[in-house]
Amino acid sequence: MAESDTLISVRDVELSFGPKIIQQNVSFDLKRGSIFAVMGGSGCGKSTLLKSLIGLLPPTTGRILVGGEDYWAQDEHRRTQINHRFGVLFQSGALWSSMTVGENVALPMEMFTAQPPDVVRKLVELKLGLVGMEQAIDLFPSEISGGMRKRAGLARAIALDPDILFFDEPSAGLDPITSARLDDLILTLRDGLGATIVIVSHELPSLFAIADDGIFLDARTHRPIAHGSPRDLRDHSTIPEVMAFMNRSSTIPPTDETKANQHV
Amino acid sequence: MTQQTDPSPPTATAEPAARPAWSLQTGPHGPCLSVRGAWTVPNGGVLPFTAADIPPPPPGTTSLSMDTAGITAWDSSFISFLWEAKQAAASAGLAFEQDGLPAPAQRLLALLPPNPAPPARHDSHKQNLLEKTGDLTLGTLNETGVVASLALDTTRGAMHALHGKSRMRTKDLITDLWNAGPNALLIVGVVNFLIGAILAFVGLVELRRFAAEIYVTNLVGIACAREISAIMTAIIMAGRTGGAYAARIATMLGNEEIDALQVFGIPISGYILLPAILSLSLMMPLLYLYGTLIGILGGFVVSMSMMDVSPVGYWISTVNGVELKEFVFGFIKAFFFGSFIALAACRVGLKAGRSAADVGIAATRAVVIGIVGIIAMDAVFAVMANALGI
Repeated sequence: MAESDTLISVRDVELSFGPKIIQQNVSFDLKRGSIFAVMGGSGCGKSTLLKSLIGLLPPTTGRILVGGEDYWAQDEHRRTQINHRFGVLFQSGALWSSMTVGENVALPMEMFTAQPPDVVRKLVELKLGLVGMEQAIDLFPSEISGGMRKRAGLARAIALDPDILFFDEPSAGLDPITSARLDDLILTLRDGLGATIVIVSHELPSLFAIADDGIFLDARTHRPIAHGSPRDLRDHSTIPEVMAFMNRSSTIPPTDETKANQHV
Repeated sequence: MTQQTDPSPPTATAEPAARPAWSLQTGPHGPCLSVRGAWTVPNGGVLPFTAADIPPPPPGTTSLSMDTAGITAWDSSFISFLWEAKQAAASAGLAFEQDGLPAPAQRLLALLPPNPAPPARHDSHKQNLLEKTGDLTLGTLNETGVVASLALDTTRGAMHALHGKSRMRTKDLITDLWNAGPNALLIVGVVNFLIGAILAFVGLVELRRFAAEIYVTNLVGIACAREISAIMTAIIMAGRTGGAYAARIATMLGNEEIDALQVFGIPISGYILLPAILSLSLMMPLLYLYGTLIGILGGFVVSMSMMDVSPVGYWISTVNGVELKEFVFGFIKAFFFGSFIALAACRVGLKAGRSAADVGIAATRAVVIGIVGIIAMDAVFAVMANALGI
């Protein structure tokens, strides 16, 4: 097989804002067709890691290889080209408020493909149809609900037929039913589009339902402390922080190591 | 949707793939739609397929089947085509046989509704002239009432503040005073200096023809003190501070910050509007005075280089020519201009929608209303001054 099975390799990445280290020693491989979860408590740097994966924040050190290419070593033009393989669903949809839902989905196609307007319109109807939003094509983002905005954002994320989809907190702010439907939709789209998915979330039910690989970032030590699928980590992890997180426990069972580190 | 192709980066495309194509054959159970080639958007766009493409089916046929053996790659373009084929089959009275399709394509097709739903339209109720006039009148009356009550609230708040009973935070007032006053000194100074210089230049060229050059001091002094400095400073502040107020309040509205204030019962008028309106109303007359002096200085600098008079002579002529009442008139006008700009900007901000686009609209509207309002108010002041003989 000429194409390797790994789409993105993250190697010893350190993320920081000035002198403040967010995460260090982050390494993982994103396998084709998997749903990879970036987990961790609030403020541990999940979203920051996502930002460096999608080209918004260069890592301080380390490399991010996309299809074997060192992403951050490329010039901006090449990075933009690589970015066309990415589809990103932002936390609250991030729809452009001055455009209708349909125009939101159409803009990337108009900018980066040479299709005539009727073809673009047809594709927009298709993408919105896939997420169940075809009736909202001419509405403005301010006229639709938060859940619909997320689905519209998803339609925009798949506008250019990307092969890697990034989701930032897809179920945040959604009711359990809408959230479960979104999970189903993500799974169906993964199978249908053949895409690989990176998902940043701390919604446990949704992580257990869909993710099959992952990394757990620790806010205190600023390092990843566990790798593996959320289900696996829930059932087999012996790391106190991970156990507490996965089982929604409010106290972390103290160990000698955490006691020793409390003054750090 | 690249699972059937080599998902290589965009630049690394291999030899051109076969163009997408389709044909209809008659199979044992009805028409069979066979597709071949690479069905990707970059490769061939989206091929259309309508009910008219299906020949009238012979009696006994029940379904439209698919043959996808010749397909080499596919993405949205193929799904879009399948969706249209499905709709066409339905309208021709045929069942759409999905079994010949790749499994992922079947899953995606299952997500799609049977027909593209008619898009929800905005309510575009056509109003006749009478309705429009009525709406406009009611809207204007309502708006007048709202602005008047805002002004009243603010005045009341200012009275309370005088007695030291205001709920306004001193810190906010100081920030707003700083932004509306000292921060604007540079731009107000530059603009007024240049205006004074231009007035002196134009005036000197004309007055020289009558050997009345010395009256340039009156021209520059009276024009700046009575009209131009007040108006120019107000226009600058409408663009600079009025727009900022409107954008700030509109953004607070979008972030639900205003809602949070309301839930706590913190009066918006006291907390947000009062510091803003108060600081602009207080700073505007001071900026006007400063602007006038700088304007006269601008005129002085140009006159010194173009006419034959001593600096002291110029100043004496100015002091004799420009009466104090001109300054008082300009000072009062500046106060009203400042209050109006701030009040209008706050009102526009509070009325804005909640999206980023609405913030832009609010800022634009605040500046436009501010500038037009200033000019209109100035006209009213001119008429009043004429009637009162000031």
